[in-house]
Amino acid sequence: MGNHALSYGAMLGRAQVIAAYPITPQTQVVELLSEMCADKTLDAKFIKVESEHSAMAACLGASLAGARTFTATSAQGLALMHELLHWASGGRLPVVMGNINRAMAPGWSIWSDQNDSLSQRDTGWIQFYCSNNQEVLDTVIQAFKVSEKLLIPSMVILDAFTLSHTYEVVDVPEQAKVDKFLPPFKPEITITPDDPHAFGGLTGPEHYFELRYKLQKDMEKAPALIEETGKEYEKMFGRYLGQVEEHCCDDAELILVTSGTMGSTARVAVDMLREEGIKVGNLRIKVFRPFPFEKVRNIFKNTKKVAVIDRNISYGHHGMFFQEVKSAMYGFDHDLPIFGFIAGLGGRDITPSTFREIVEFSLEKNKPEEEIIWIGVNR
Amino acid sequence: MKKEKQAKEIIFKSEKEVPLMPMSVGNMLWNKTGGWRNIRPVIDFENCIQCGICWKFCPDAAIYIENERPVVDYVYCKGCGLCAEECPSKCIAMVEEEK
Repeated sequence: MGNHALSYGAMLGRAQVIAAYPITPQTQVVELLSEMCADKTLDAKFIKVESEHSAMAACLGASLAGARTFTATSAQGLALMHELLHWASGGRLPVVMGNINRAMAPGWSIWSDQNDSLSQRDTGWIQFYCSNNQEVLDTVIQAFKVSEKLLIPSMVILDAFTLSHTYEVVDVPEQAKVDKFLPPFKPEITITPDDPHAFGGLTGPEHYFELRYKLQKDMEKAPALIEETGKEYEKMFGRYLGQVEEHCCDDAELILVTSGTMGSTARVAVDMLREEGIKVGNLRIKVFRPFPFEKVRNIFKNTKKVAVIDRNISYGHHGMFFQEVKSAMYGFDHDLPIFGFIAGLGGRDITPSTFREIVEFSLEKNKPEEEIIWIGVNR
Repeated sequence: MKKEKQAKEIIFKSEKEVPLMPMSVGNMLWNKTGGWRNIRPVIDFENCIQCGICWKFCPDAAIYIENERPVVDYVYCKGCGLCAEECPSKCIAMVEEEK
C-alpha cells in the first residue's frame, strides 16, 4: 500500500530517528517503521510521543543533532504540527515527512482532499504530490537528498485511501544502490551536548529579515536541484521524477492541470478523449512548493485553454492550484482562458467521467464565466 | 572552557555574514544562567533516596550525579524548582537567595 511505500522509502533512505503519532489514514506508515526498528531491519531510534506537535519537536531535536529524521501524519495531526513546521524550515532542518491528504474536520472525515497540506503552503516546506505508490517510494529517497542539500524540509504527500491504502506492485531498489545515490547526512552545523548552543533565540529586526531572505534564495534553487536529482535517480533506477508530469501537452488545445492521484485518472481520461479526436492534455503538478513557474509557462505556450482541477478550496478565494497557475501566467499571457474547477472535496470520487464533464464544459465556453466552477456538488 | 568571555553584541552587515541557522554564535556554556536565580534548591541528603529523578527532570541539565548522589551546578541552575516539585521523598527545599 502507499503507506508502506513511504515506510520503505524511509528505510532505504536510512532514516536514523523516527518520531510519529498515529492518525488514520497514516497509521501503517509508522506501524511498519516501528516493526522495522524493533527487528533491526532499520537501525533507527523510534521515539513514541504524545502528539504530532511533540513528534515534530522530537524530529527537530534529532535533526539538529545531525540525524536523518522522518515522520508522517495527516490532516488534524498536520494542523497540530503547524507551529513546528515553521521551526523546521526557519531552523533549516531537513526533516522529511509523509503527509496523507485527508479532509479537515468538521464534519469529521478520513477521506481525501488537499486542504490539510495546502493550508501549510507558506510554512517554507517543499511539497511533493504523488500519484502512485512507486512514485511515493522514489520521492522519499529523493526528498532526503534535495532537503539535505538545501537544508529545507520536505513533505511527501499522497491521497488518503486512493493511494495510502491501495496495493500496487512497487519495485524496491537495492539498499547498496540507494546508499550510493544518497550518502549519509553530514550537516556542517550541529548542536550536541559537548557543543551546546542556543537554537532559535531572540532574533531582532537587524537579522531576522536576512534569515528569511536566505531561506527564499535557497528555495529558489530547489526547482533546478529537483530536476537534477530526478535525472541522477533515473540514471541509477530508471524512473524519472521532475517538478511536473506532462501527458499529450505538445499539441493540446486544452490542458488539464491536476495533482495527486486524480492526475493519473486524468491521464486515462485524456487517452479516452484523444481516441475521440479531442485534443486535450494533462499537466500533473508534482512539486507545489516551490511552484514550477518556468515549467508551467513553457508548457502553456501553444495551448488555447487551461482547466485547473482543485481538490481543495481557499474559502473566499479559489482553488489553490488555480490561484498559483493564474499567478504564474500573469504578465506572460493575459489572453489565455484559465478555468477553475473544484471537485472531489472530502473524498468524493473523481473519475474519468468527471474529466469528460470538465473538458466538455471548457471547450464549449470561450472564457470562464464564474470564478469557481463546481463539479459534482448536489444542488 | 578555556577562558572567560565577555558578552558582546554582534551585528552582521549583510546576509552573507548571517549564519544559515538561527542559533547562538557563542557556546552556551559561557551563558552562566545561575545569575537568574531567586530561589536555590538545597538537597537534604538524609532523606535522599538517590532515585535520580531530579537529575532526569532538570530542564537545564544543571544537576549531575557524583558518587551516586545528585549535585546541583549553581553556575547554571536557574532556580525553577522542578526538581523540588518532582522529588518523591520531598528532600529538596527551595531556599531564598540572599545578597
